Order: sequence, then C-alpha cells, then structure tokens
Amino acid sequence: MSELRKQVEIQAEQFAFAGTGEVYSFTTVLQAPENFEEQAPYTLALIKLDEGPMITAQLTDLDGPVAIGDRVEMVTRKLTTEGPRGMIVYGYKFRKILPRSS
Amino acid sequence: MREVAIVGIGQTPVGEHWDTSLRMLAAEAVRAALQDAGVKTADALYVGCGFSAPFSSQLHLGALVADFAGLRGIEAYSVEAADASGGAALRTGFLAVASGAVETALVLGVEKATDTVGSARIQARNTSLDADFEAAHGATQSALAALLMRRYMHEYGLELSAFEGFSINAHANGSRNPNAMFRNLIKPGSFARAPMVADPINLFDGAPDADGAAAVVLTTVERAADMVPQPVRLTASAVATDSLTLHDRPDLLILRAAQQSAARAYAQAGIEPNAVSLFELHDEYTILAALSLEAAGFAERGQGWKLAQDGAIGLQGSIPISTFGGLKARGNPIGATGIYQAVEACLQLRGQAGDNQVSGARTALIQNLGGLGATAITHILQA
Repeated sequence: MSELRKQVEIQAEQFAFAGTGEVYSFTTVLQAPENFEEQAPYTLALIKLDEGPMITAQLTDLDGPVAIGDRVEMVTRKLTTEGPRGMIVYGYKFRKILPRSS
Repeated sequence: MREVAIVGIGQTPVGEHWDTSLRMLAAEAVRAALQDAGVKTADALYVGCGFSAPFSSQLHLGALVADFAGLRGIEAYSVEAADASGGAALRTGFLAVASGAVETALVLGVEKATDTVGSARIQARNTSLDADFEAAHGATQSALAALLMRRYMHEYGLELSAFEGFSINAHANGSRNPNAMFRNLIKPGSFARAPMVADPINLFDGAPDADGAAAVVLTTVERAADMVPQPVRLTASAVATDSLTLHDRPDLLILRAAQQSAARAYAQAGIEPNAVSLFELHDEYTILAALSLEAAGFAERGQGWKLAQDGAIGLQGSIPISTFGGLKARGNPIGATGIYQAVEACLQLRGQAGDNQVSGARTALIQNLGGLGATAITHILQA
C-alpha cells in the first residue's frame, strides 16, 4: 500500500458497530429512481446508531407504522439488481427490534 | 479586487421546452443578455449546468454554446455544483472580472430536464447524491428533503399546514410572472391534501424540474457606468460547503453552508440582514425555504416557518422571497436556477419587475443551494 493511501486509511479508522440504533427520521418513497421502482413504496430512514454516527438506510420487514425513536437493528438484504440481467447488490437495511416474547 | 457590476440580463420562459434544444435555449438567453447590455460579445463565457450529461447526453457546453451563439473563439467552459451550478458560474464570472483577468464576462445558466421523465429523471438527478451511502439505498433528493422536513416538524411540533404559506406565496408571485412555469394559485387548505411524493413532501411542496436558460453580462463598475443607465453592483460573492450527505451533519436542522456563505456575503457587502430588500432563496422544498431564512439571519432557529404565516415573505412584507415565483412556481431549471435568481434580482433593483415589484428595492440577497445545502452560494446585488 502506498504511503498516501495509508494516510487516507488512517483517517478512516476501522470500527465495528453493534448494528443497533433508533429511527431519527423517515419517509415513504413513492417516486423511486431506476432499479428501485419495483420496491416502491419503500421506507427510507436516517438511523442514529447507538455509538453516535448516523446513516441513511431502508427500513425492512415492516408490518406496522414507523415512528421517530423506534429501536432498530441492522440486517443484510438485497438492495437492488442493476438492471434485468445485472449484478445483485447486497447491503445493510434496518428492521424494528421487536419486544421479546417470553 | 475590482468592483463588479451586472450590465445585461436575459432569460427564456421556464417550462417544458420539448421543441427547443439545450443549445437553442442557451443561445437565446446569451443573445438576450448581450443585447440588453448593448454589446456584441464578451471576453469569456461561463456556463452553469448541473445535469446535461444524464439529461441531454451532452458535456463540453462552453465550446458548444459559444459556437452556437456566434461567439466562437472566446474563453468558455462550464462549472458544475449540481443544483448550485448557476451560482457557481456567477461566482466564476465575478472572480474573472474582479481579478482583472477579463473585462467582460457572460455567465449562463442552462438546463434541459424534461426530456427525461419518471424514474430515469430521478436517477439522473441522483448523480448529485452520495452514490455509495445515499443513492445506493434508494434515496432521492425529495426523500432526503422529506427526512429533513419530518425531523423539523418533529422537533418543533408542526403540522404540514405550517409550510403552506411558502407555496401559496410562490404561486401568487409566479402567477404574475410571464416566464413562470406555473401561473396557477394554490388555495389555502389544498396544500396539505396534495398527493405525496415522499411524505411529508408532496406535489405542492417540491419545485418542478424544468427547462430554461438565463444569462447575465458582468463587467467592472467603472466600465458599467458608461455602458448602461442602471448597472447593478455585485457587492458580495461567497461559497461554502457542508457534508454531501445529510447523515454526516452534526446538526441537521442548521444549513451550515448556507449560514456561512451568507455571513461571508454580508461581511463583504458590509451590510446586516435588515438592509436586505428581497431574498431570492432556494425554495426547492418548503423546508429549504424555512431553513434558508433561518440560515441567512431572518429568523431564529426553528422559527423560519413562521415568516410564511403572517405575510412577511410577501411582496409587501418585511422580507419578500421568491418574488417571481421562486423554484416552486417559476420552476426549477436546476443548474440554471442561480442565474434566474440573479436576473430576477436585477429586474427588482432596476425597478423593472412590473406587477412583482418590491417597492424601493435597493439590496437583493440571492442564494443557490446544491443538494440539500451541501453547497451554498450567496451573492448580494445592489442598485
């Protein structure tokens, strides 16, 4: 690895998140871009991770309304397929953490 | 630095120009601005355009437009900052003249958005988002604006109807602008019932993508006095940036770049917000209008929406905004918007705004945002 690349990598330090957080804001996307039309309507959210940083991701496995402050956890899902014969793109989405049934 | 003035303005109507090509729109605005300035050419042409690559399969607009407008040979190139491309081109023209590098600069904003429709247009516009961390997750500009708006409503306890005044004002002003895309009025109460795009952003909230071109001619204040009866001085030009993504901002409900570029502009012009006669802000969404008013010092944090409640933003109000309809009703010719703002501000300061005239307008603030405020470009124009 080149010296300059190392400097860039050092600025972006590796850190493992727990994958949990809460909904900071959300919207239902009705007018979607290409490769997302068949998913619409879908829920996009800002997730405030428990460690502090925020990320943009879809909410998945929803079977009821969403509210700001809902607790969520990360799951791996298909994000899209790049065209009818294209590559399948996997990535992170979030789902609500359900109360434990005992 | 030399003092800079605007000596010529030109604009095409904003709308769906399916029978007119990008180069035709551009040349029309360029010819109109040159004619208005009473000159045949300029030393340089700076083109602001945000999305000609995905919309029109066309880059290299400097040479294309210079040649087509009959200016072959002059310095010409384009400047890109997404929705703020027009403002960025104006900044480039300002620097060129102020520095002494050129005597007369043409600045053009142009966009041809409506040949691309539906999901393809959203996809094209998504090229200005963060490709890896926003667009890859199905985000759109409207969806991101919705995330911002819902959080604002949540923190300040607001209903959707709190924002209707912005769209009502924009359409009232647009209805009197012959160059506006939408000339219909929005009735109180109908705003909150409009079909959703990405809730809480609805059809009466977001500005329509449009086609259009606008141009200005810049030169030094010294030369301007001999050229035209009413030169408009460009007394401030300031650009600031914020994180491209919303999620990386420490405080989402402050448009930090808008705040910084406005503060720098006020300092350059040596004025306070209370000296501003009108504010052409980037009302692509009502939430951006509210946040821009806060960022430019016209309202405290969380109070920007209130200015749309009591007529303060109207033509006779304390801080008139979107005086020719803004992005919402004049239409949003995306990369050209910053130059439309400059042209409209000049009309106001020359006293040529007709039915849209803000009486006694002496100082205009114009602010062009890229994305949801990742780029903010502020200029101050004075009579």
